[in-house]
Amino acid sequence: MIALLLRDLRLATRAGGGFGLSLAFFLIVTVLVPFGVGPEGGTLALIAPGVLWVGALLACLLSLDRIFALDREDGSLDLLATAPLPLEGLAAIKALAHWLTTGLPLTLAAPVLAVLLNLPSEGFGPLTLSLLIGTPALSFIGAFGAALTVGLKRGGLLLSLLVLPLYIPTLIFGAETARRGAEGLATETPLLLLAGITLGAVAILPFAAAAAIRVNLR
Amino acid sequence: MSIWEYANPKRFMQTSSWALPWVTGLAAMVLVTGLTWGFFFTPDDYRQGSTVKIIYIHVPAAMMAINCWAMMLVASLIWLIRRHHVSVLAAKAAAPIGMTMTLIALFTGAIWGQPMWGTWWAWDPRLTSFLILFLFYLGYIALWEAVEDPDTAAELTSVLCLVGSVFAILSRYAVLFWNQGLHQGASLSLDREEHVADVFAYPLWLTIAGFVLFFVALVLFRTRTEIRARRLRALEARERMV
Repeated sequence: MIALLLRDLRLATRAGGGFGLSLAFFLIVTVLVPFGVGPEGGTLALIAPGVLWVGALLACLLSLDRIFALDREDGSLDLLATAPLPLEGLAAIKALAHWLTTGLPLTLAAPVLAVLLNLPSEGFGPLTLSLLIGTPALSFIGAFGAALTVGLKRGGLLLSLLVLPLYIPTLIFGAETARRGAEGLATETPLLLLAGITLGAVAILPFAAAAAIRVNLR
Repeated sequence: MSIWEYANPKRFMQTSSWALPWVTGLAAMVLVTGLTWGFFFTPDDYRQGSTVKIIYIHVPAAMMAINCWAMMLVASLIWLIRRHHVSVLAAKAAAPIGMTMTLIALFTGAIWGQPMWGTWWAWDPRLTSFLILFLFYLGYIALWEAVEDPDTAAELTSVLCLVGSVFAILSRYAVLFWNQGLHQGASLSLDREEHVADVFAYPLWLTIAGFVLFFVALVLFRTRTEIRARRLRALEARERMV
């Protein structure tokens, strides 16, 4: 399992892996928002938590189709499926690798980008914490979506249509945590609910993803 | 005699060809009666005027939108557990109907909301969850369309339906948490805590029954079409083999 994780990390970080792509996308989205809504600091500060969450979510979406599609193309997915490691474990490891190469960097980049959007200083902690807790759910839900669409030729667009509705609860609780934090309110309730979603997704979705891969490899 | 016999497409086709005209006729009768009663023989509401009559389409459509997803969930489960082809075809047949019901509920709601709340749309929990439900229907149908092999498609959409149901319920409660609403609570309840007046309730129950029957008729009809389409595909495949 660890070998597989390391392999995925290596593939993602080396040339052509698209490791920096989602980070760059996150940066661009954040830069575009002030052009869209105007440069007033007050407005930006008001929408900053939501914009950063939506930006992180979209950046996460961007790299989802790579989770299984590349392995499927060069045939290594078939090899992995016949390996002694159960497919459920494979799906979980793949999602974890996706999080380490996408969710974690996005979380670390978010406070820097928050400066651009005039986020009040008390909002930085809750924003980072909510992303840290919430992005694993995004990766695991995304891995499930990627598993569903792995056999399709033009799966990318369909993938976003399938995955985005599933992201809604995570987005609501995550952005709510960040927003409450920025306004100086208590953040425990949405944060706990967010953690609940993440834990549920981590526990259940690898099984659903494995079922989908099995069907697609048949 | 058990319900599982209808997993056999032939049995299903026989029974449904017999049942379909009856269900359709009954649905038409109940719907026409309910709607006529509701539209022409109930008084105007003292505050809402005649706009109250939109309830006879709005509420049944909204109920069917949710019940249709529940039916798809049950059908998908039956497919996953017992591999009955008719069941998954019924789920496939029901999805566009459910989507249309969701749209009808959203549109009639907007038309009703404009004079009553002064707005076509508000990010109210109920309204938002219906919009989300609509997105779930879209994804489900899109997945059916995208996958070429029918058995693979059946499998994948069933898994999506299961996971989607969990997330749809989660979204419902997340949305409640996220915003307080304009929309009233349940219009009909058996314990009569909050309830529309009887004058409006009787034709409403009738239209709900009508919508249910209409839904059953449509699902039967569309499932029959799906079964025939599948037979056609099998015949074509056989032709190519020869």
